[in-house]
Amino acid sequence: MRDASGAGDDDGLAVGDEEGNGLMRDLEVAATRRVESDDIAVEAEVVLRMEGLSVYYGDFRAVRDVDLDVRRGEITALIGPSGCGKSTVLRCLNRMNDLIPGARIEGRLTYHGIDLYGPDAHPGEVRRRIGMVFQKPNPFPKSIYDNVAFGPRVNGIRKRSQLDEIVEQSLRRAALWEEVRNRLRSSALGLSGGQQQRLCIARAIAVDPEVLLMDEPCSALDPIATSRIEDLMQEIKQSYTIVIVTHNMQQAARVSDRTAFFTTEVNEESDRRTGVLVELDATEKIFSTPSDPRTEAYITGRFG
Amino acid sequence: MTAVASTGTAAAAASLADTASARRRAADLAFRVLLFLALAFALVVLVTLLVDVFVEGRPRLNRDLITNMPSARPARAGIQSAIWGSLWVVGVSAVASLPLGIGTAVFLEEFAPKGKWYVRLIEVNIQNLAGVPSVVYGILGLAFIARGPLGWGFTIGSAAAVLTIMVLPVIIISSREAIRAVPPSLRDGSLSLGATKWQTVWRQVLPAAVPGIATGSILAVSRALGESAPLLLLGALTFVTFNPDGLDSGYTVLPLLIFKYASDAKAEFHVVAAAAIVVLLVMLVALNMTAILIRNKFEKRRA
Repeated sequence: MRDASGAGDDDGLAVGDEEGNGLMRDLEVAATRRVESDDIAVEAEVVLRMEGLSVYYGDFRAVRDVDLDVRRGEITALIGPSGCGKSTVLRCLNRMNDLIPGARIEGRLTYHGIDLYGPDAHPGEVRRRIGMVFQKPNPFPKSIYDNVAFGPRVNGIRKRSQLDEIVEQSLRRAALWEEVRNRLRSSALGLSGGQQQRLCIARAIAVDPEVLLMDEPCSALDPIATSRIEDLMQEIKQSYTIVIVTHNMQQAARVSDRTAFFTTEVNEESDRRTGVLVELDATEKIFSTPSDPRTEAYITGRFG
Repeated sequence: MTAVASTGTAAAAASLADTASARRRAADLAFRVLLFLALAFALVVLVTLLVDVFVEGRPRLNRDLITNMPSARPARAGIQSAIWGSLWVVGVSAVASLPLGIGTAVFLEEFAPKGKWYVRLIEVNIQNLAGVPSVVYGILGLAFIARGPLGWGFTIGSAAAVLTIMVLPVIIISSREAIRAVPPSLRDGSLSLGATKWQTVWRQVLPAAVPGIATGSILAVSRALGESAPLLLLGALTFVTFNPDGLDSGYTVLPLLIFKYASDAKAEFHVVAAAAIVVLLVMLVALNMTAILIRNKFEKRRA
């Protein structure tokens, strides 16, 4: 594996095989913006695959035995009551869980067949390809321009013209360009909550990730801002595979193609709660004729 | 019957509420007066001190004071060498202690494994060191830096080294507070874009923490400017009629020269001492103003 990929840390997810190199979309390509992508599209329907994934915090098993596929170009929603582990699962997908002391996983989690927790997966490179939008808009205390340009800059782009182009493209894609084009140099903290969240989306797509993880991206926003974000998700889902965690079932029903329902199981002995995946299916099916009675109880409001 | 009873309770309740609020208002007023007195006491003491020093030093507050060297004749005595000595000592210790202190704070907050026993041991020690009397640092410096293994002698270098060790704990503690106050969501946002830990610290955490770090550090440095006890042991209490010209140069500092003039038998020297105190105060105010300016500048950039 290592030998074939050639030496060098900058190779990131140093994969050796040919299709892996096809993945090596570096930021030169990012500037020119692919619309629909390359040689891997045919065989790699599944972008992320979880097989028997369990997540632990120290001794505590937060989620157990999740089998879940995330498909390219789709919006996958993770729903379920509080504490069911949906955010935990989401944060595993780009290794943000690494930042919590004591967090570890068991089972397999692969990205186009590459083990995300394997020795060849560098967390920084994982996160560049699998971006994240957080629950509360968290723009940097910098200008709008510097917020969007931060990702490309830390990934090595210095040229001003190239940065300008990426910033404009990203803001356009996040449907924010027209609102901020005349004040790119002013602080991002002066934007409204909804604008800040769209800025965070622009910031995330500025490094040209393949997947966007969204952790309850609208829970801090009003209905109008929420619907703008939802529209935006529909617009960009052709280019970015999206996984969204939401507490809002209507939102899951509105935006997602497939929905995964999680719930909690109480361990009789320790009285601790562990999240489990109940079922994953087409969103329409989940919300009309779910196959598991627990799902039906939840979506009809009899539980949770 | 019932109607009368109910109006009775209502009236009782109303009058009860009245007395309670009157009592509360009195307590409120008393408390406010007390707080004002506390403030007034501090202000009166400070103003008295300032006025007294200024009035006494007035006759010697002129250019000669800062251009003349110390002298045995009160009419010609100045404080130039002490001003330069103080600037050298404080400047060198600031240059040495800021990177060391901020670096330590960044390490402890961002990189050190949280909760490990040796990290906690270091933390407790730093906290304790911040409370050690400065004269103890002077003795340490005398034994290990001026004499002993290093043997740097009574020089700017020795003095700056001791003051560096003395202000380090304060800088570390205040920098850690500032770094801890940076919201975790900022780090998450940066890391989620593929930034490395170091890029995150350097480009997001530190800039956001600059106002707090600057305030704490400059307060620590101004403490060094007013410090006299450790330098007493490091040969600063000498009659120096030349400006320092390097780390290995002899020196004196303002607080000690003030002490020397003030304890002189001739009353004319006391005037020089008072004038020198005014100069020292001006330098301290200038340092604190710098801290405020830096803080405002960086906070404006964030808002």
